Amino acid sequence: MVTIFIDGVAYDVDGEHNLLKTALELGFNVPYFCWHPALHSVGACRQCAVKQFKDENDTKGKLVMSCMTPLTDGMHVSLADPEAQAFRASVIEWLMLNHPHDCPICDEGGECHLQDMTVMSGHNYRRNVFPKRTYISQDLGPFIHHEMNRCIQCYRCVRYYRDYAGGDDLQEFAGHDNVFFGRYKDGALESPHSGNLVEICPTGVFTDKTFKQHAVRKWDLQTAPAICTHCSLGCNITPGERYGTLRRIRNRYNGDVNGYFLCDRGRFGYEFVNDDKRIRKSVMRYGGSATETDAATAASKAGELVSAATRVIGIGSPRATLESNWALRDLVGEGNFYAGVSDRQEALTEQAVGMVRDGVLSGATLAEVEQADAVLVLGEDPVNTAPRLELALRQASRRAPIREAGERVHVPEWKDKALRVTVQDKRGPLFVASPYATSLDRIATDALRRAPADIARFGYAVAHELDEKMPEVSGLSDDEHQLALRVATALRNAEQPLLVSGTSLGSEEVLGAARAVAEALAGRKASARQFLVLPEYNSAGLALLEPRPFSEAIALAGRYRGEDGDGTSTVAVILENDLYRRESKDVVDGFLGNVRSIVIDHSDSRTAEKAEIVLAAATFAEGSGTAVNNEGRAQRSLRVADPSAEILDSWRWLRQLAGDTEAVLDSVIDALVADLPQFEGIKECAPPATARTGGRKVPRQMPRYSGRTSMHAARDVTDHQAPADEDTPMGYSMEGHHHAAPSSLMTDYWASGWNSVQALNRFQEEIAGPLRGGNPGVQLLSGNRAAGSGMASANRPAPAIPEAFSPRDGSLYMAPHYHIFGSEPTSARGRAVALRAEEPYVGISSRRAGELGVRGGEPLQVALEAAEGTSRTVTLPARVMPELPPDVGCLPVGLDDEYFTLPAWATISAANKGGSA
Amino acid sequence: MAAETPLTGRIRPGSEPMWIDEYEAHGGYQALRKAVGKMKKKEVQGVVKESGLMGRGGAGFPTGVKWGFTPMGDDAVHPKYFIANADEMEPGAFKDRFLMEGDPHQLVEGLAVSSYAIGADVAYIFLRNHYRLARKRLERAIEEAYRQNYLGKNVLGSGYNLEMRLHISAGRYICGEETALISALEGNRPIPRAKPPFPGASGLFGMPTVVNNVETLCNVPHIVKNGAEWFQGLSKTDQAGTKVYGVSGRVNKPGCFELPMGTTIREILEHAGGMTDGYKFRGVLPGGGSTDFLVDEHLDLAMDYQTIQGAGSRFGTGTMIVLDDKTCPVAFVANLMKFFGQESCGWCTPCREGLPWLARVLYAIERGEGKASDLDLLSGHTDKIWIGKTYCALAPGAIEPLQSALKYFREDFEDHIQNKRCRWS
Repeated sequence: MVTIFIDGVAYDVDGEHNLLKTALELGFNVPYFCWHPALHSVGACRQCAVKQFKDENDTKGKLVMSCMTPLTDGMHVSLADPEAQAFRASVIEWLMLNHPHDCPICDEGGECHLQDMTVMSGHNYRRNVFPKRTYISQDLGPFIHHEMNRCIQCYRCVRYYRDYAGGDDLQEFAGHDNVFFGRYKDGALESPHSGNLVEICPTGVFTDKTFKQHAVRKWDLQTAPAICTHCSLGCNITPGERYGTLRRIRNRYNGDVNGYFLCDRGRFGYEFVNDDKRIRKSVMRYGGSATETDAATAASKAGELVSAATRVIGIGSPRATLESNWALRDLVGEGNFYAGVSDRQEALTEQAVGMVRDGVLSGATLAEVEQADAVLVLGEDPVNTAPRLELALRQASRRAPIREAGERVHVPEWKDKALRVTVQDKRGPLFVASPYATSLDRIATDALRRAPADIARFGYAVAHELDEKMPEVSGLSDDEHQLALRVATALRNAEQPLLVSGTSLGSEEVLGAARAVAEALAGRKASARQFLVLPEYNSAGLALLEPRPFSEAIALAGRYRGEDGDGTSTVAVILENDLYRRESKDVVDGFLGNVRSIVIDHSDSRTAEKAEIVLAAATFAEGSGTAVNNEGRAQRSLRVADPSAEILDSWRWLRQLAGDTEAVLDSVIDALVADLPQFEGIKECAPPATARTGGRKVPRQMPRYSGRTSMHAARDVTDHQAPADEDTPMGYSMEGHHHAAPSSLMTDYWASGWNSVQALNRFQEEIAGPLRGGNPGVQLLSGNRAAGSGMASANRPAPAIPEAFSPRDGSLYMAPHYHIFGSEPTSARGRAVALRAEEPYVGISSRRAGELGVRGGEPLQVALEAAEGTSRTVTLPARVMPELPPDVGCLPVGLDDEYFTLPAWATISAANKGGSA
Repeated sequence: MAAETPLTGRIRPGSEPMWIDEYEAHGGYQALRKAVGKMKKKEVQGVVKESGLMGRGGAGFPTGVKWGFTPMGDDAVHPKYFIANADEMEPGAFKDRFLMEGDPHQLVEGLAVSSYAIGADVAYIFLRNHYRLARKRLERAIEEAYRQNYLGKNVLGSGYNLEMRLHISAGRYICGEETALISALEGNRPIPRAKPPFPGASGLFGMPTVVNNVETLCNVPHIVKNGAEWFQGLSKTDQAGTKVYGVSGRVNKPGCFELPMGTTIREILEHAGGMTDGYKFRGVLPGGGSTDFLVDEHLDLAMDYQTIQGAGSRFGTGTMIVLDDKTCPVAFVANLMKFFGQESCGWCTPCREGLPWLARVLYAIERGEGKASDLDLLSGHTDKIWIGKTYCALAPGAIEPLQSALKYFREDFEDHIQNKRCRWS
């Protein structure tokens, strides 16, 4: 701690930081542009100038840039000094020389940092009489709109995009007063984290292109705290809604999870909510004809169907909330509740959740991932399965060199440019084992390309090198052995080693090996952490409800059908799920033929098309509930929009089927917790609906929300009462106490003088630290935070090290390959994400391509081995992936309608040539 | 070699420079033979520090002191780098070109001896793109030096290894700023770096680095060979050595003149043959385009760092540009401002946006389109675009001719504005 004097007043502050951050934390209004809490100081814009004095007797002082000024005990500075104020106004004057001042037609208007800083600096009269500079803006793809004329050259975009996020197709070009930020030519930005430019840019150069088609001002959006549904990490988001459509997604800061950034799937994957394929009204099918029906009739018909049935089974879903899955389980009974995922996915999820629950190693938050200084990624492909993790790992890969540089040159970490100059492109230990190339390879110390079984064996070898009590792996190559030794040494020598693994390779062996590494590391390193990627949004929550395997439901339905003869009296209630993405078409056709099905879902699917009754369910935009993320963190997502009377939360439909017509979210949570006390913690995720802040609900609308009384004027002119919301402590109103809300309900960061996302500074305990009142979310898996409990391997049978991968003549071992855009089905329904999704393909090694005589793009016939000696054949264009081991291929997940159980053996032949490999 | 002109004594303008044999015959590489392996590195640093040699690139920082910032000793990090700053682009400066074209081995030897003094592993010459002749001559000199084992592995059997590379700049004025030079040499945009950390600790590729101007380095062999006291004796003042002064403008013999440090401006102008007939001296930028005007009253001042600074200008590169009585000072300053605005790297706001604006205002005044308020606008900027307020020294350098012109030639500005025309055009 040091004491500093700001305009003569003493403050005791942490001396590790720079003056700008500290002054902002103390509540002072210091304007800035190039500084950002996650990007730190470079001193480019010169906006944050203040006066520093030698001592209390110095009256002259000199201007310094507060972002570049370290704190020293007894330092005297002045923010109010006239020269400093005049200089800050001059910087705005310079920046505004060329700014087009097109705020009325700019999507950033009203939440523009440049507007805020201009007002804050006091500059308001234009003296420049010369023509303004103009640029030609670019088409940067479906996500980002580019308007270069607004640029004030703060360099934040390239510092974020290149230095922080590792992208290389956005760059500064030209020089002097003509610097241009863009791509070398038009084209979609390649970084999967490009959307953060929207919030990084202090003005309207990079704006959300999906928002542009239906942009409104920030204050005209209703907002609520929600959780991203597009992967298992549970990033916190703020959806914005107007006139019944979801307009955009913004990052909602959570210091433990996503921090300042989202991935592009999370930010732009919302468009499915507004899609034509949405189920907006319940449907009943008799014979061949489908009839839309109102919610009350649908509920009563579905209720009749359920009560008349001899047997009711429930098919749960990892993309539905905990409340909905539990309500289904409660409706059908514990023994009739099945996982709506493939058996393999369920087993893998259970295996990974088991590691989290057992606390083999302490689980890492994403914030802790960034602090790791040695990482082993074992059989996971973060950019495609958990994209925000990839961004965190990019930061982790710089930890070790940053520390080394700090020790050598004594540069504080907030001096970003100086640190980067010293660190250069050095990276700390980061090892990736995967069958195919990953986005991390370029920054990896080493990348191992192997079939899943060999990745597992490599993991065991690392475990053995870490702890000789772990069994030795026989038959490793020298290279593998040396690499295992290097990985083990790096993990052992690190201050905060991290193990990353997950379910996406579809390999229990890989997860088994991950557990062995974790156990070996636990004995060695108390500070070691694990991070396990799960398949979907609420995979952990579903697993914790212990559903029975889906295959049992399929078998059972078949058996009952046999018993019932022609008519079936088995009713299947299918929750937010397209079973055709879970099992092969034949199997699902068979299953759906054996049951009378009620589908509760928000979007049309082949499963819904076959249902007798389809109940229109809420998306995250209209629904509320809790999900458990990959690290066991339960988080509440609250609806942003009032659903029409026809759309209900899935859990509400299910409670109605169970005869509970009065169900509200809290009553469901209470019943859930009464049934399964291990979920007690979810009550703390967010306040109950009865909670009031200053006697009122927390408003979804800003104080400046406009048009409330005229929004419906085209229909009728009566003043509509604000919709009631019995499920959440939030109101559809602008009245209430916005900024006294607990952090779990905070969405619209807004402070006097701060209208942009930068207002967040005012709502954190420490800038870039926890939110005031703590980051929201409750850790449910208690074992998780117990530091390295180490689950002594003595308690478990010795792990079974798999046999080395052995090629089969004429076959390829096909691994699943996920894609950030396309593999996750709900986001892929959106227009922008669909534009970025790839076409389906079959990936083969160069050697196989040579043997088959095929080139990229030529059709290949893939005969995949399925159950009991059967095989399924598809024809797909070849993609030659030189990095693949010769006998390994891959198929993309979810890019077309066919579901494949992967990994699996396949025979491949050139569709036009008849050769086979 | 004439004792008074150690730097230029071997130069024969208009002819081939001395190549290796001739250079050696004229005392070349004796300093290197004396130093490498025979003197301790710290001793070489010591003699240079003691000599009082100050950087000839513009800032005038004591060279030996700068060398002292690099970590030395057995546990020092490697590689260490030494860079010769040959990116001479200061308006009015051509002294380094003269030295490199005229005596390339002198620079190679100076750089090698200096590299030895800090234990550098690799030395770079960062050469201005347009210096094609210097490039050819330096390439040959380096090659010859390698052949004689003055460079390369195990220099003269001393155990010291030194690689030397000639790097041709892509060509920006800002590359002459030592940290921007380092960025450019790394393959990055030439954006200066904030100090600390200083290049001595974290320079090229994040490693300890010293950057010295060509003329500075050319002094080093002579100091090592003849000693600190000899070097101090060359000067007329307490700032040691000779200086390769330059004069351009309407004088009879514009050019470079190696004279004792502290020679007066008047004497230097006399070496340049005085003003061209019909032109009168009006003012001078004593140290290149980025220094404040001095006028008649300053002509008898000694051209050295302290004296010129005391007069409100800067010694800079010691290469003066003379303003005569038939040249419009507004156009003169506008032209410089345009140059500096164009050469801004675009990193910090005052320089990137401020200088081009000032240039436009100056040209508007020059065209007779100026407003009375423009003078306030101009003088307001001279305060705000200044050391510490900008990221590096480029923009303050651009301000120096403007602020001094406003002081000494204010009536010319006012005349343009009042009469809406330039009286020289």
